[in-house]
Amino acid sequence: MRRLLAALLLSLVAWPALAQLSIEITGAGAQRIPIAIAPFAGEAALRSGVSSVMRADLERSGLFRALELPPLVPQPSEASTVNYAEWKSRLADALVLGSIAVRADGRFEVRFRLYDVVKQSPIGGVAYTVSREQLRSTAHRIADYVYEKLTGEKGVFSTRIAYVVKRGARFELQVADADGANEQAMLVSNEPILSPAWAPNGKRIAYVSFQNKKPIVYVQDVEVAKQNVVANFKGSNSAPAWAPDGSRLAVVLSRDGNSQLYLINPDGSNLRRLTSSAGIDTEPNFSPDGQWIYFTSDRGGSPQIYRMPASGGEAQRVTFEGGYNVSPRISPDGRSLAFIMRNGSKFQAALLDLNTRQVQVLTDSELDESPSFAPNGRQILLATVIGGRGVLSAVSSDGRVKQRLTLSAGDVREPAWGPLAH
Amino acid sequence: MRIVWAVLAVSILAACAGTQTTDSQPPAAVEDRGAKPAAGAQGVETKPIGSVDLTGRPAAGAAALKDPNNILSKRSVFYDFDKYDVKDEYKPMVDAHAKYLRENAGTRMLIQGNTDERGSREYNIALGQRRAESVKRMLLLLGGREDQIEAVSLGEEKPRATGTGEEAWAQNRRSDMLYPGEY
Repeated sequence: MRRLLAALLLSLVAWPALAQLSIEITGAGAQRIPIAIAPFAGEAALRSGVSSVMRADLERSGLFRALELPPLVPQPSEASTVNYAEWKSRLADALVLGSIAVRADGRFEVRFRLYDVVKQSPIGGVAYTVSREQLRSTAHRIADYVYEKLTGEKGVFSTRIAYVVKRGARFELQVADADGANEQAMLVSNEPILSPAWAPNGKRIAYVSFQNKKPIVYVQDVEVAKQNVVANFKGSNSAPAWAPDGSRLAVVLSRDGNSQLYLINPDGSNLRRLTSSAGIDTEPNFSPDGQWIYFTSDRGGSPQIYRMPASGGEAQRVTFEGGYNVSPRISPDGRSLAFIMRNGSKFQAALLDLNTRQVQVLTDSELDESPSFAPNGRQILLATVIGGRGVLSAVSSDGRVKQRLTLSAGDVREPAWGPLAH
Repeated sequence: MRIVWAVLAVSILAACAGTQTTDSQPPAAVEDRGAKPAAGAQGVETKPIGSVDLTGRPAAGAAALKDPNNILSKRSVFYDFDKYDVKDEYKPMVDAHAKYLRENAGTRMLIQGNTDERGSREYNIALGQRRAESVKRMLLLLGGREDQIEAVSLGEEKPRATGTGEEAWAQNRRSDMLYPGEY
């Protein structure tokens, strides 16, 4: 309660997290790596845990199972000699030991080492010197290190997500860490906000705001509180999507009649019309190589997904099954397409393998919207509705692991997963 | 009617100097509080929307828009799911508004297209736009001028009826014809 009061007092300045996203996980990967993460030596004296944050990160990925450990006496650290037989008897395949020490200047030295228990050899380790505020992001970095060493893929624990919260009549464009911590508002408005899209370098977000009583596309630096108009033409302006090199955006404008695709520079210059169809063309999404734009169109009579060369030209239809397939998002490796399909009265996230043409329905929800890939392609973040409330949900791209991110008050929607940290 | 919006430029920089980690810099907040310019705001912009003054118009004309017995007081066209054609039952109403636009050459109209909550938000922006455009096209055919009418979409974002189910959805699949001061 005191925190809430303090938050209200500060509310004109920074909108601190009134209630951060909480995460609930269901399902699990078929083969999870059993990992022992010992509490870091010296950690007990701190209020903020490092080992607990990295442990939660790894478990949330669905690829790791963190073992329950008895109290370890004496407390091991990265400098300890490892008794591999002991860790093997605890059924650990991997082990993380570490320590946190306060330096004379008040900063912290965080050290860890990762061990392969099966091969009985150290894999590697890192030492960081950080401020107290950086302890949590350091934990994410360590989790990324462990994840990459043990799975061969990039971890996404240091990334950020953006989403829109509707609280009563108020709309907030929020940015938070991938685990829901450190939520901060970029924009607060009495009118709707939608379609946030991260610039490829993670420094800017394009979005649609109704603050002028109609949809207008803006770009805003994540760290500078200034809105820049990208597209404000007669009619509606919406659905911004960044080209992979960040040099331009695809947007949807109705200035010439129906909603059509256009290219525009982030500063609003160099407008160029891309499609000329008799129907609706919307929801553009660039392929990672920048060659193609996938989009939704009703040119064939019902909303379906098409693709066309990003330089313009003929469109090819991509989805054929069902009468309502929308919101295309290409995976970071370019091999699959996440989208929303209507099944009877349900709108569900699905994944299309672009090679085999196989479609896998990923959820059993009623109203999925706005899929967004994690930058390593392992998970897809979605908006869905549970019990009449908007929540975010993350599903692994094999459909096995599901997480639900809920806010104690308000509707959460329009998620966008940011790029890997640079 | 003028909408004034304020941009509060606030930047918070986490002052930290880690040797190995990147710090997570908090995003700065922009506040948009609709109609109230905040004191000390660093950037205030004023954007007029359809600022046509009706007070100089013939009183009878403007009054008709609010007279419940006049067809001009009716403003809404309703649609079936994923449809945007204006059904015959709404044509006399659209015709009356076209006549009003012709007779009041100085006035302007904003048409807002809306959808129900189902499906993609962005597709619904486009669908709402198509609904608004279909009304606009009809008004143009009946003598309204292009520079009098703007068609925009609110998609599923501003539902008149909250709640789920066909009763609410049917009310939200709608275009509204609005005159200055009404939006």
